[in-house]
Amino acid sequence: MNKDLREEALKLTPFHSRTSLACRTNTWYRWAGYTVVAEYSTTELEYTATRNGTSVMDLTPMYKYDIKGERAKQFMNYLVTRDLSKMKDNTVAYVIWCNEDGKVVDDGTVFCMNQNEFKLCCAVRMLTWLKDSAEGFEVDIKEVTDETAALSVQGPTSCSTLKNYGASDVETLKPFEMKKYSIDGYEVLVSRTGFTGDLGYELWTDPKNAEAMWDSLMEAGKHLKIRPMGMYGLEMVRIEAGFIQTGTDFVSSEHALRPVRMRSPYEIGMGWLVHLNKEDYFVGKRTLIKEKENSTTERVLVGLDIDGDKPAHGAVVYNKKKEDIGIVTAAIWSPTLKRNIAIASLKRPYGVKIKEDIFVEIYHPEELEYRKIWATCKVVKRQFYTPERRNAVPAEVY
Amino acid sequence: MSKDTYDAIVVGAGHNGLTAASYMAKAGLKVLVLEKNEYIGGAAVSRELYPGWKYSNCSYVCSLLRPEIMRDLELYKYGLQIIPYEGSATMMKNGDYYANYHDHDMTVKAISRHSVHDAEAYDRYSRDVMRQCKIIKPLLKMTPPDLTSFKPKDIFGALEFAKYFAAKDELGGLGEKEIYDTIRFYTMSIRDYLEEYFESDIVKAHLSGSAIIGTALGPCSPGSAYVLLHHYMGEVDGAIGSWGYARGGMGSITQAMSECFKSHGGVIQASSEVTNVIVKNGRAIGVATKSGDEFYAKKIVSNLDVKRTFLKITNESDLEPEFVKRVKNFKIRGSSGKLNIALEGLPTFPSIPKDDPGGGGDMHFTETIEEMEGAYDDWKRGKWSEFPYVDMCIPSKSDPTMAAPGKHFMSVFIQYVPFDLADGGWNEKKKQEFGKHIINRISEYSPDFKDLIAHYEIRTPKDIHDEVGLTEGNIFQGELTMDQLMFNRPITGYAQYRAPIKDLYMCSSSTHPGGGVMGAPGANAAREILNDMNIKQKGNYY
Repeated sequence: MNKDLREEALKLTPFHSRTSLACRTNTWYRWAGYTVVAEYSTTELEYTATRNGTSVMDLTPMYKYDIKGERAKQFMNYLVTRDLSKMKDNTVAYVIWCNEDGKVVDDGTVFCMNQNEFKLCCAVRMLTWLKDSAEGFEVDIKEVTDETAALSVQGPTSCSTLKNYGASDVETLKPFEMKKYSIDGYEVLVSRTGFTGDLGYELWTDPKNAEAMWDSLMEAGKHLKIRPMGMYGLEMVRIEAGFIQTGTDFVSSEHALRPVRMRSPYEIGMGWLVHLNKEDYFVGKRTLIKEKENSTTERVLVGLDIDGDKPAHGAVVYNKKKEDIGIVTAAIWSPTLKRNIAIASLKRPYGVKIKEDIFVEIYHPEELEYRKIWATCKVVKRQFYTPERRNAVPAEVY
Repeated sequence: MSKDTYDAIVVGAGHNGLTAASYMAKAGLKVLVLEKNEYIGGAAVSRELYPGWKYSNCSYVCSLLRPEIMRDLELYKYGLQIIPYEGSATMMKNGDYYANYHDHDMTVKAISRHSVHDAEAYDRYSRDVMRQCKIIKPLLKMTPPDLTSFKPKDIFGALEFAKYFAAKDELGGLGEKEIYDTIRFYTMSIRDYLEEYFESDIVKAHLSGSAIIGTALGPCSPGSAYVLLHHYMGEVDGAIGSWGYARGGMGSITQAMSECFKSHGGVIQASSEVTNVIVKNGRAIGVATKSGDEFYAKKIVSNLDVKRTFLKITNESDLEPEFVKRVKNFKIRGSSGKLNIALEGLPTFPSIPKDDPGGGGDMHFTETIEEMEGAYDDWKRGKWSEFPYVDMCIPSKSDPTMAAPGKHFMSVFIQYVPFDLADGGWNEKKKQEFGKHIINRISEYSPDFKDLIAHYEIRTPKDIHDEVGLTEGNIFQGELTMDQLMFNRPITGYAQYRAPIKDLYMCSSSTHPGGGVMGAPGANAAREILNDMNIKQKGNYY
C-alpha cells in the first residue's frame, strides 16, 4: 500500500516537537509545504524579543540548495546579478537573480563553503531554474531543504546566547561571515545573517541535531530574554528592517501570470545588487544594461512614513490630484520607531523625483464601519531601522 | 555672571522639561536647561547605585509617554525601546494567586478561576473604561480652554473640549447618554465603580490598585476612579492601558530626550539649582542659580511643580496674594515610598507558577479593597501602612540591560507612606525601620527573597521631596482630582501654561494633563510658548 499523503499533508520541521510544545496558542502558518508557528504566545512579545533579547525562529522551510563542482563559482556568478568573482570562503552574500528579460526571479543568500562548493537559500522553489541555468557548467545541484535544519537567532543578546551555547568566539564574526562549530559533538554552521535588521545569526545543522540544538539554545539564553518567535513577529521585524519578501513586495517572474507584473531589480530597490560592470555575463545582463541606458525603469519600491497610527495595509497611494500612483505592499505600526511605516511600490517619477504631496487612503475598520483616512506620507529610506549593534564588530556581549 | 542670553530657559531637566526644551530647540530656539542635581532626568532616571545594577529608582514603568512625542523627537534614534509587560499578579495568603495577561483569553481564563461572572464582566468593564480613554485621549494634547474668557480661541477651545464628552460619534464623542457615565466616573470611588461590575474580592482588589497609586486618596474616596483612568489612558503600541518597561530603565527616556535636545543645539547644565526667577518691569527675564550665576532669556519655563515654581523660586512680591494663596492651597500630598533592590538572583514567589507571565509585570499582595482602605487609614494617622499596597516589579526579568545575566533589579512602590510621620517626622532610624517592614512583608510571600538582596535603597516621600524635587514626594506633582484637573490645573485661570508673570511659563506635571511620565504637559507648554513667539511648528504629530 502506498502511504496516504494526508497523514502529513504539511511537513513537520525537525524542530516540531519543540515548537509545538512552545506554541501555546496553536496558531500555525503554512510555509512552503511545511507547517510552522505563526504565534507562540503573543506576537508583540515575540517581536520584542528580537529588539530586546533573543528571538529564535524556525526557518527550515526556506529552500536550500547545494551547488558543487569545479565551476560552481563561475555558475553562481552567472546566475546572480551581483559580482561574486571575489567571494571568499566562509562568507555569505545577499543576492537576487533575474530571467533573460531582467525581471527578478527571487532573492536569497549565497554561502561560499569553498571555491567549489556553494549553498543557496531562498524563498521560491528553484531546482528547475538552477538546473536549466546550469546547462554547460557541469555543476552538481541538489536540493537539501529537508536535509538541513535551520534556526534564526536574532536580537541584541543573540551573540551572548550563542557564546553560552558553545560558539565561543562568535562575537568576532563580521556581518555576512560564517563559521563551523562543533558543539556537544555535532556540527553547526553559524552565519551572521538574518531577516530582522538586528544583530543576529542563522544556524544550520543536520536535522538529527535539531532538538538538541533547540534545547541547548533555550538553556543558553535563559538569562538573556530568549523567546521563540512566530511568523507574525517576523513580518513586523522584517518590515522595520526594510527587507523585501517575494510574493508580497514583488511577484517572482517565475510566478507572474501577467508579464507586466514582473519587476526589474531597479523597480524593487535592488539596483545596488546589479553589477553591470561585472566581467562575466550574467542572466539578464543585456536587458538590464538597456533598461539602465534608456531609463525605462517604470516603478520604484520606497519606504513611507505615514501620518497617524493606523497601518496602511494594502492602501492605494495617490498624488495630490488624487491620481493612483501605486500601492502599499506591507505596512505596520512600528513599536520601536513609534512610526506608521509602509513599503510601497510607486510609479516613477513618484518616489524618485517627486517625493512631496504623496498620500495614502487608509480604510480603518471601526466596528463594522470603515473610517477613510486620507494620510500624508513622507518618502523615506526603506531601511527604517538599522541599529548600530547590527553591524558592530565585535558584536555586543552581555 | 554669564552674559549668554537664550530664547528660552527651562528650569529642571525632568521628562517634561526636556520634552518642552526639545520641541523648542527643534523649532529653532536657543534653549538652556538648568538642573539642580548632578544627574539629569528628574524622576525618570536609571542610576547605578550599586555596581553592576541600574536602578529605575523613582518612576519605574512606562505607558503614559505619548507615542506622538516619541515620534516627533525620534527617541528610537537615541536608543529608546519600550518592552511590554507580560502580565501582572496578586498573590494571596492562602497560596492562591490572581493574574492578568497580555493575552486577553488568558486573562479571562485567570479571572474565571475566581469568578466566572467576573470573567465576563471584565469585558464590559474594559469596554466602559476604554470609552472613557477614548474621550480623554484627544484632550491630552489640548491646551485647556479658559471657560470664563470670550477670546475666540477659548470659545472654540471650550467647544472642542466639550465635543469629546457630549457630541455624537461623527465628531469623535460618544453621545449624550454617555456623558452621565463620564460624570459618574470622574467623581466615583474606585470601590463603588468596581462594585457595579465585579463580585470577587481579589478581582476588585487587583484592579483597584491603579486607582490609588501615587494619590492621597483611598479606594473608597470619591474621585479615585479617575486616578485609575489616568493610569489606563496610556498605551503600548495601540494596546490602550498597557504598561511596559523602558529598556535600560526609566533614565533611557530622559537620556533619549536629552540627546534629541542636544542634537538640535540645546544646552543642558547640571548641578545648577535655580533659586530665583529674575523679574523686571513685570516680565520674567532670567534666572539666578545657587552658585550666583545669572542667565537671561526671552522665555522662562519652569518644570518645577506649581508650589516650588511660585513659592520657592518666584518672589511673592511679584505675584498677587490671591494667587499665592491658591498655590498654597494646591493639593500635593505625599503618599508613596519606594524600595529599590539589587538581587543576586531571581526570588521565587511560590504562589505564582514558575515562568508564569503573570509574574512578568507588577505583583501585589493586597487581597481586598478593605485591606487597601485600611492601609490608607494608617496614612491618615501619619503612619506608614502596616499592610501597604505594593506595586512590585522586576524589570530585569524582561530587560537584559538592568543587571548582569541572572541578577535582578526589583522596584517596590509602596502605598501609603506619609510625607511627615505623626510621631516626630522622618529620621534615619525610622527610615530603616520602614525599609525592614517592607522587606519582611515581601518575605512573607517569597522565602528566598531576603537572602538574595545585594543592596537596597529606601526612599520615603521626604527623600523624594528633598532629592528629586517633587513637593512632599507626590509623584503627580499635584493630586489628580476634578478640582485640580483640566482647566483647573494647576490653578483656575492659569491652565494654559502661562504664569501670571509675563514670559514665565509652566510645563510640569502640575499642569494639564497631569502626572506620570507622559511628556504631554511639556509638549503642550512648548506649543503655547512657540505660538506666543509666532513661530510656526511644522511636521509635529503632537
